[in-house]
Amino acid sequence: MDAALNLAAGEPVEDIEIHLLLEALYRRYHYDFRHYARASIKRRLRQARTQLGFVSLSALQDALLRDEAVVTRLLDYLTVQVSEMFRDPGYFRAIREKVVPHLRTYPSLKIWIAGCSGGEELYSFAILLHEEGLLDRTLLYATDINPAALEIAQSGVYALDRIAAFTQNHQRSGGKSSLSDYYATAYGRAVFDKRLRDKVVFSDHSLVTDAVFAECQFVSCRNVMIYFDRPLQDRAIGLFRDSLSRRGFLGLGSKETLRFSEHANAFTEFVREEKIYQRREA
Amino acid sequence: MTVARAQAVVIGASAGAVQALSHILPQLPASYPLPVLVVVHVPAAPSGLVALFSAKCAIRVREPEDKEPIVPGTVYFAPPSYHMLVESDRSIALSMDEPVLFSRPSIDILFESAADSYGAGLVGVVLTGANEDGAAGAAMVAAAGGTVLVQDPQHAFATAMPRAARERCPAAQTLPLNTIADYLVRLGAI
Ligand SMILES: C[S@@+](CC[C@H](N)C(=O)[O-])C[C@H]1O[C@@H](n2cnc3c(N)ncnc32)[C@H](O)[C@@H]1O
Repeated sequence: MDAALNLAAGEPVEDIEIHLLLEALYRRYHYDFRHYARASIKRRLRQARTQLGFVSLSALQDALLRDEAVVTRLLDYLTVQVSEMFRDPGYFRAIREKVVPHLRTYPSLKIWIAGCSGGEELYSFAILLHEEGLLDRTLLYATDINPAALEIAQSGVYALDRIAAFTQNHQRSGGKSSLSDYYATAYGRAVFDKRLRDKVVFSDHSLVTDAVFAECQFVSCRNVMIYFDRPLQDRAIGLFRDSLSRRGFLGLGSKETLRFSEHANAFTEFVREEKIYQRREA
Repeated sequence: MTVARAQAVVIGASAGAVQALSHILPQLPASYPLPVLVVVHVPAAPSGLVALFSAKCAIRVREPEDKEPIVPGTVYFAPPSYHMLVESDRSIALSMDEPVLFSRPSIDILFESAADSYGAGLVGVVLTGANEDGAAGAAMVAAAGGTVLVQDPQHAFATAMPRAARERCPAAQTLPLNTIADYLVRLGAI
């Protein structure tokens, strides 16, 4: 029956509802998911609808327009918070072995972790830079649009049952110390050393709506742009290009690529298999 | 008949997957005119599936990157630790969302997004496996007007997955493994 209805009316009802809901979210709260990759947004909205107990996406839209608490809950569906310290150890090994020698030549460094989630990627960088003797001269920017995730990043507190995986990744990435040097345990949690975030600026920043804020030598944006459609990816990559200093580095997630971007020419492949790119000279 | 309009094939397999797929993918000719998207549950380490099947198959085998356009005559294996979805513009979308039924990649997620995108033009195949992934997805493929094939549980290495798919998707056709290969080859010859 649904299908017949769709045939008669053209665009499927659910697609219209998604479009309107995302528009409402933007107009009312300025969260802009209108150009996120539609297939996974659709799936997560379907999940949110059932789990938050609404009969339709239109009903969910009605609720979110009037109740900010619904938006907070919806954000947890719309922004995926899966992360891990030293995720893809080969990436961090390549940074250590191939990028760090270049970074050493700068008297001071700025590094931007875009879409930092709960901070796992940030602490991975901080620890790596510490091990390489570069942390003292580095300023790190850790940005995300999810306020709850930024809070976790700022606290540096993780469940103990995640530490074994973090430790294994750290070792595989070529870690020069023991991960346990960097955290204390308390109440069944691991609390990462404050000194790792002495020079971290945590900030709410959206790759969709906000502008460049600093000149950086390295931008790491991993597994964020997979959630964007192609025009939106181009916007984000444009931001990274404008933020990077001459010959600065851009690191992406292991299955992400600049191949389909209109800015591909602004970069060269630096470590191909680890998706580390370098900004071309002008 | 729906068969005439087939535009893509999606396959899900878990325990016993490599052996079952070895009965199917090598049969597809180099000129196979449909894309074939495959989810196999593998441990998080690099899967090696691409190397393994490239060596055995005439058809092209890839592990796609995000936003890669889906082209005919190609087998796409979902990368370990990522869900693989189909966008309405017929490109691949990867996601790091939480595992579904303990699995990432998830068969249900692939089938659901492909059903949204290909509708009646989709053929979904559920093979051997010891869990229930793929059952909900198979039902969505059928609901969108697509065709669902299920490996005969009697001959499957692990029976739970094809059984669950049949239960959730009564419209599914149950076929022995070698007939599934024939079916897909004939689909490509139309
Ligand atoms: C899957 S996590 C990736 C975490 C980490 N970078 C990694 O690879 O492990 C995606 C993150 O992107 C964030 N995000 C989504 N949309 C964003 C946007 N428009 N601007 C900045 N961050 C965004 C989400 O809140 C989430 O924390």
